[in-house]
Amino acid sequence: MTESTFSRKDLIGVLTFAALILVVLPMALDPFRLNLVGKYLTYGFVALGLVLSWGDAGILSLGQGIFFGLGGYCMAMFLKLEASTPAATKIQSTPGIPDFMDWNQLTALPWFWRPFHSLAFTIAAVPLVPALLAFVIGLAMFKRRVGGTYFAIITQAIAAILTILIIGQQGYTGGVNGITDLRTLLGWDIRTDHAKLVLYFISGGLLIACLVAAQTVRRSKLGRILLAMREREDRVRFSGYDVANFKIFVFCVAAALAGIGGAMFTLQVGFMSPSFVGIVPSIELVIFAAVGGRSSLLGALYGTLLVNWAKTTFSEDLPQLWLLAMGAMFIAVVVLFPNGLAGLVQDRLAPLLARLRPQRPELQQVAPAAVDASNQGVAR
Amino acid sequence: MFMGYSLGDLGSILAMQGFAGLVLFSVFVLMALGLAIIFGQMGVINMAHGEFMILGAYVTFLCSRLFAAYLPGAFAVYFFLAIILAFCASGLLGMAVEWALIRHLYKRPLDTLLATWGLSLILQQVYRSIFGAREVGVELPGWMMGSTHLTSQIEIPINGLIVMALTTLITLAVYLLIFRAGWGRQVRAVTQNRAMASAVGIDTERVDRLTYGLGCGIAGVAGSAFTMIGSTSPTAGQLYIVDTFLVVVFGGAQSLIGTIASAFTISQARSTMEFFLSGSMAQVLVLLSVVGILMLRPQGLFVLKIRR
Repeated sequence: MTESTFSRKDLIGVLTFAALILVVLPMALDPFRLNLVGKYLTYGFVALGLVLSWGDAGILSLGQGIFFGLGGYCMAMFLKLEASTPAATKIQSTPGIPDFMDWNQLTALPWFWRPFHSLAFTIAAVPLVPALLAFVIGLAMFKRRVGGTYFAIITQAIAAILTILIIGQQGYTGGVNGITDLRTLLGWDIRTDHAKLVLYFISGGLLIACLVAAQTVRRSKLGRILLAMREREDRVRFSGYDVANFKIFVFCVAAALAGIGGAMFTLQVGFMSPSFVGIVPSIELVIFAAVGGRSSLLGALYGTLLVNWAKTTFSEDLPQLWLLAMGAMFIAVVVLFPNGLAGLVQDRLAPLLARLRPQRPELQQVAPAAVDASNQGVAR
Repeated sequence: MFMGYSLGDLGSILAMQGFAGLVLFSVFVLMALGLAIIFGQMGVINMAHGEFMILGAYVTFLCSRLFAAYLPGAFAVYFFLAIILAFCASGLLGMAVEWALIRHLYKRPLDTLLATWGLSLILQQVYRSIFGAREVGVELPGWMMGSTHLTSQIEIPINGLIVMALTTLITLAVYLLIFRAGWGRQVRAVTQNRAMASAVGIDTERVDRLTYGLGCGIAGVAGSAFTMIGSTSPTAGQLYIVDTFLVVVFGGAQSLIGTIASAFTISQARSTMEFFLSGSMAQVLVLLSVVGILMLRPQGLFVLKIRR
């Protein structure tokens, strides 16, 4: 990252966030709460991807749960195979295969489980399997110029298909319970408090790395093209860019990010189940990004933390109110603050702060609102 | 013969599964008609459509209770009153929602999806608070139960026949309303060119509100029909929403004929396959092929030519 790609404001934002999740929260929270925050941070990966694909490029995917789940399942398969050594599973009729396969009368490991004996393969598969699926979907859809609402509905249908498939194919996937009882990673017990703390920091560090990477993409020419695509797709096409390729690219990046989030989720929570794949979790992931601000990476991350924190608090104390509160929140965010919390900060807080500071000339990054306005000006 | 069934057996299996498919088809058509009107006409993605349907189902349930308690003599015909009430309840709620929420979002179709999703969560919680989380079933009058025997092997449930008759009636009514009545002409004018429609003096806001209300009202009727084939619970509507959207998109969003044809294809394929495969695999295969076809033909089966 150089001066030209990162403004001082961006740097301060990233550092503040890093300080919050890597220093303040670990000091302030007990291990149980910190593990919860770690879980929320894994949704943050998805939110980053959604800011790139939805906030910037205007592609709303209602199937991010697919990619989150695929990443999570890849990791869970590796951990499950490690937990199912012949010694640990000797009471089964076929020792050495995961317990749910034995319950479903499978006698051999299915072929697609075999490569997951290797950690290197698993780590590669976590971002690549989701990205590959996203590539296929994107290729089929964007090359035919399907977008907007149709794309949203079709990704949603794919999320439904995958959930039904995972639940239906119990012997291969663990069915509705998912892949549970995960114990060790290369012999290292992931269930202890210490391991959870280490995993939290790994997850937080990865998230910040992804944040910086996403920020770099946004500040590059590529990011500008994505924005331009959202605003006036035809003009970008007429200027000689292949719009479909850019869309496929950003959709794959979002999928890979979601996959990484899913894998970190599995590691910290200790299981993976279809309840993180389907339509409802997929829409919730979108909501996290929407509440924080769909066109601000940091906003989306704060939004994810905030919504999840609210969800946990509400469902602990007032479970019957949670759905009402969440529903009202969606409606309020969509109708009143389309740019989410980040938009609020930008519109209300930033002018206040600017008034307090002495004026100094500075090349500011063009805010999305300003792009809207100038584009409309051009269109007239 | 195929999987140990004789040809005659297979024939009656196909007929009975086909009929079971027809009942599913009826609910699909009613749901999808409303959604197609809303999605096709206004570009609004109504994720709360399933909850409007469930509202109709709960209204039917309440009617059956009230009649059983206070008017047992008229219990035999309560269902028809329930349908009308379900239509009114869902329709009115729909119009209120359009006024309060949807009309602010016409320029942002993707956001309607999020807002109506929020609405569906609220409605679900409201149902849960009022009616409880448990599933409720509707008691049918005696004459609606049982089945008729076409041949010794094929039997057909009477309530299925009623659902189908109802669907046919409503489809016809919608067709007449949209394609033959003056109001339908206004609706189509707004669909084809909102600015021009407004310029020639059509009150587009009123048309929008009534259209949205009509779509939701039909969902309410679908709810009434739904009580005959499934039990009503606060979250039952959500199970149907994806299928219904696929039906609408598969048929081509603006074409009523397309919606009916695709509802027929999807429900028949599913119920015929369900006999030979497990239910979930049948659903996966059907959904997959629909998604596959949509990838090849994104505009859906039937396309209405519109100038944008």
